Amino acid sequence: MQLKKFTTTACAAALAALSFGAQAQISGGSVKIGVLTDLSGTYSDLAGSGAVLATKMAIDDFIANEKPNFKIEMVTADHQNKADIASNKAREWIERENVDTVTELVTTSTALAVMKVAKEKDRVVIMNGPASTPITNEQCNDVSVHYTYDTYALANGTARAVTQQGGKNWFFLTADYAFGQALEKDAAAVVVANGGKVVGSVRHPFPGSDFSSFLLKAQASGAQVIGLANAGADTTNAIKQAAEFGITPKQSLAGLLMFITDIHSLGLKPTQGMFLTTGFYWDRTDETRAWSKRFFDKQKKMPTMVQAGQYSSIYHYLKAVKAAGTDDTTKVMAMMRKTPINDFFAKGGQIRDDGRMVHDMYLVQVKKPADSKYPWDYYTIKATIPAAEAFQSLAQSRCPLIKK
Amino acid sequence: MEIFGIPTALLGSQLLVGLINGSFYAILSLGLAIIFGLLNIINFAHGAQYMMGAFVAWIALTRFGINYWVSLIAAPLIVGIVGVLIERLMLRRLYKLDHLYGLLLTFGLALIFEGIFRDQFGISGESYEVPELLSGGVNLGFMFLPIYRGWVIIASLTVCFGTWYMIERTKLGAYLRAGTENSQIVQALGINVPLLITFTYGYGVALAAFAGVLAAPIFQVNPLMGSNLIIVVFAVVVIGGMGSIMGSILTGLGLGLIEGLTKVFYPEASSVVVFVIMVIVLLVRPAGLFGKS
Amino acid sequence: MNSSETFLESKLPLLFAALFVLGLIAPFAVYPTFLMKILCYGLFACAFNLLLGFAGLLSFGHAAFLGTAGYVCGLMVRDVGVTPEVGILAGTVSAGLLGWLFGWLAIKRTGIYFAMITLALAQMVFFLAIQIKETGGEDGLQGVPRGHLFGLLDLSDNIAMYYLVFAIFCVGFFIIYRTIHSPFGQILKAIRENEPRAISLGYDVNKFKLIAFIISAALAGMAGATKTLVFQLASLSDVHWHASGEVVLMTLLGGLGTILGPLVGAATIVALQTQLADSVGSWVTVIMGAIFVLCVLSFRRGMVGELQALIKRSGVN
Repeated sequence: MQLKKFTTTACAAALAALSFGAQAQISGGSVKIGVLTDLSGTYSDLAGSGAVLATKMAIDDFIANEKPNFKIEMVTADHQNKADIASNKAREWIERENVDTVTELVTTSTALAVMKVAKEKDRVVIMNGPASTPITNEQCNDVSVHYTYDTYALANGTARAVTQQGGKNWFFLTADYAFGQALEKDAAAVVVANGGKVVGSVRHPFPGSDFSSFLLKAQASGAQVIGLANAGADTTNAIKQAAEFGITPKQSLAGLLMFITDIHSLGLKPTQGMFLTTGFYWDRTDETRAWSKRFFDKQKKMPTMVQAGQYSSIYHYLKAVKAAGTDDTTKVMAMMRKTPINDFFAKGGQIRDDGRMVHDMYLVQVKKPADSKYPWDYYTIKATIPAAEAFQSLAQSRCPLIKK
Repeated sequence: MEIFGIPTALLGSQLLVGLINGSFYAILSLGLAIIFGLLNIINFAHGAQYMMGAFVAWIALTRFGINYWVSLIAAPLIVGIVGVLIERLMLRRLYKLDHLYGLLLTFGLALIFEGIFRDQFGISGESYEVPELLSGGVNLGFMFLPIYRGWVIIASLTVCFGTWYMIERTKLGAYLRAGTENSQIVQALGINVPLLITFTYGYGVALAAFAGVLAAPIFQVNPLMGSNLIIVVFAVVVIGGMGSIMGSILTGLGLGLIEGLTKVFYPEASSVVVFVIMVIVLLVRPAGLFGKS
Repeated sequence: MNSSETFLESKLPLLFAALFVLGLIAPFAVYPTFLMKILCYGLFACAFNLLLGFAGLLSFGHAAFLGTAGYVCGLMVRDVGVTPEVGILAGTVSAGLLGWLFGWLAIKRTGIYFAMITLALAQMVFFLAIQIKETGGEDGLQGVPRGHLFGLLDLSDNIAMYYLVFAIFCVGFFIIYRTIHSPFGQILKAIRENEPRAISLGYDVNKFKLIAFIISAALAGMAGATKTLVFQLASLSDVHWHASGEVVLMTLLGGLGTILGPLVGAATIVALQTQLADSVGSWVTVIMGAIFVLCVLSFRRGMVGELQALIKRSGVN
C-alpha cells in the first residue's frame, strides 16, 4: 500500500467563503497531521500501516460528519524505532511542512525524543503506541497526550485480577531493559498490595529466542503465576515454550504487555486461559464491531488497541481544532482537555493535566479453542476496570506539572 | 543437593537445555564453516536462509498440507536450490576478491530476503505445531523433557556427524578437502571444481534451512528470527577455527552448554558471554580452538 | 604515478574549495538538520575509511566509538553542565581511549580475526550500554541541550549549529587528509600492500596500526559526540552492530580508499533512509539490500572510485 501523502479538501466552496474568518486561524491554511510510526520493524503489526489507515479513516469520517471549514492533510513516515530518525523527522515536519501534530510514536525512545522537539516548537504530540509511564511522569510536558494505554494500566489490571483470583505467588520473566524492569516493578507492587508474594524473577537478554532455561527456573520456583514482563516476539516465544515444557497449564502465565496480534500469531492453543488487560477489544459492543469491521475490510486484520486509539485520538484532536477555531497548540490542548471523549473507543474519557488520557480498560481472558466461534473471536471480557482505577492516580504522579 | 546454591536438578536441566541450543549452534556453524572452508565466503545470509527454511515448512503445512517429515527434506532442498542460484549468479564472481565483498553481498541478500518475508507475512510471526509423533514429553526425574527437544538433539547430531564423516572419510569429501587446499591440481585431475563449489554452497545453505525446519515448532516462525542469531553463530565458527568442521560442531555444542550455565548464574550476560569467550580464545589461540594457523 | 593521476591530484585543491563553498551555502538551500546528519555520518565513514581504505584494517565494531562518545558528550553536557565544545572534546577523547584499548587487543590479529575481535568488543560495549543506568537503556539519553558554544553562541538556532557541525567536519576531514598524505600515511599504505616487507624495512608495524586505529576511533567519536548535540539525544542504535555494518556499506558504496568516497556514500545512505522510507515503507530494507548487491557485483570501486577510474581512462586516451 502506498500511503505517502493523503490530501483531502474539506467542504463546499460556499461554506468556505462564509467562514473565511475562521479559516484564517489555521496556520498554513490546513491542519496537518503527521503519523510517525514503525512501518517496517518489530512493532509494525500492532501499529504500523494499520495506524496510518486508522488516521485516514478518522480524517475521512471527520470530514463527512463534522463538515469542517478547513483542509486536513496527512503525512506519514517510518521512524524505524530509532530515536534520532524520529526526532529528525518530527523537526523537519514542523519546520518545513508546518505539521500541527505528530502522532502514534510506538516505542518509548522515539516518543520521548519527539516530545522534546514538540515542546520546543510548540506543537501537539499524540501518542498511542508507546507504553512507558515516564511519558506522563518525569518526562511529561503540556503539549503531549498519552492516549491508549501505559505499562501501569496493563500491569495493574492484569496483576490485580490474577492475584485476587488466587494466583498469590508470582515469578517474573523480565526483559533486561528499562521497559521490562518498569513493567515488573509496577506489577510486583500490585501483587504485593493485593496480598500476593513475588517468589523470584529472572532477567533475560533482549531480544532472546530460547526461554526454556528461564522457564525451568520459573518452574522450579513453584510460583503459581509466571508474569511475562516483556513484549513482542519475546512474549510469544516464552508462551509457546511454556506450553512445550508442560509448564502451562500447571502454572499460569500472565502477559503484562500483549496485543491481539500476539494472540493471533500464537493461536489459542498455547494462550488459552491467559489473562490480559487491553484498552480495546473489537467484539465488545455493536459500536466497536461496526468500526472494526470497516477497518478489517481494508487491513484484513482486526485492529489492535493502538490502532483503534489512533482513530479515536485523531478524531478528538480534529474536533478540538474545530471547536477552538484554530490550530494554535495551547488553545487546542485546552479544548482537548476540556472535552470528554465519547466514541466507540472510550466513554467519558478525559485527558488529564499530565497528558494521560484516562478511560475504562478491560480485563480479558483468552478463550479455549473450542469456544472460539469465528475468526478473531479470542477474548471473553471478564471485567471493566473503571477509568479512575485503571491508571496511576494524580496523587502518585511524578509529573512536575501536577501541583500538589 | 546443591552446587553453588543451585539445586543439582535445576543445574542438570539447564545443561540439557544448553545442549539443545548447542545443537542448533552446531548445525548452523557447521554450514558456515563448510562454506568458508571451500569458498572463502563469509555467508552473512545464513540467518536469513535459516528463517527461509522455517517459512518454507510453514507455508508447505498451511497452504499445501505437506507435513513436517516431508518438509524436513523438502525445505532444505528448496532453499538449497536458491543457494545454488545465488552461487552461480553472484558469489562466483567474488572468489578472487577480499572476504569483505562476499560478506557484503550476502549481507545485502539477507536484507532482501528478510524484507520480502516481512512484507508478505508481517512481523508477529506464525505458529508451527509440533508433529503428532513427537508431541508430549517424558519425565526424566530432574526435568520434564519435551520429546521434540530430544529429537532436535538426535537429528542435529546425526546430520552434523554424518556431514563430518562425508567430508573426512569419503572420496567426495577427499576431493572437497583437496579443492580447498589447491583447486588447480584437483581440476587437473579431472574433477569439476566449480560444480563442487556450487554443491558445497548449496549444501551449507541446506543445513541452515534444515535447522530452520527443526526450529519451526519451537520458536515463532518470524522473518527476523535469524538476524540476531547470525552474529552468535559467526562467533562460534571463529572460536572453533574458521573452516574447521569438527571444530565448529564441538564449539557449537560447548557454547550451548556455557550459555546454559550463564543463564543460571548471570542471565543478563547470556547474550554477551560468547563474545567474551571469543576475545579470550583469539588472544590465546589466534586460529581458534581447532584451527590450523 | 602517471600523468592522469597527477592531473587529478592537481585538481584536488580546486575541488575542495568548491565543496567548501558548497558547504557554506548549502543550509540555505537544503534542510540543515538533514545536512548535519550527513556530515556526522560522513565524518564517521571518513574515519572508518582511514582504517580500512588506507591501513587495510576492517573494524566491525566502530559503532562502539560513535555510541560511547555520544553518551559521554550527552552526559557531560546535560548532567555536568559543560559547554558544547567541552562535551565534544570529552566524547572524542573517550572514544580515543576506548580505541586504544580495542586496538591494543585487536591489532595482534589480522584479517577476519581482527574484524571479529572488534565486533566482540563492540558487543560488550553494547551490553554495558544496556546495563548502565546513566545511558537510559533503550529509552536513550534524552533531552541533551545544545547549549552555547564557548558559553556565547546559542546553538539552538539550526544555522548556527550547522556551521559548528560543518567546522567540525572540516577539522576532522583535514586531519584525515593530512594523515594520509604524511609519511605516516605512506607507511600505512606500505603495510597494507605488503606487511612482511614493511617489517623487513624495520618499521614497527603494530605501532603504526595502533596509532591509525586510535585516530580513527577518536574521529568516529567526534562524529558521535557531534551527532548527540545535533539530535539532542544518544541512543542504543548508535552502539548496535547494525551501525558498524552501516558504516562499512557507506564507505564501500562511496568508494573504499578514496578521500571523498565515504562522504558521498554516507550522503547516499542517509538520503535513502530518510527520504525513501516515507515513500516505500517496508520495502526500504529490500531496496537497500539490492543496492549493496549491485554495488558489490557491478561497481566495486564505489561511486567516487568508479568516477575516478572513468576520468583516468578518458585522461589516458
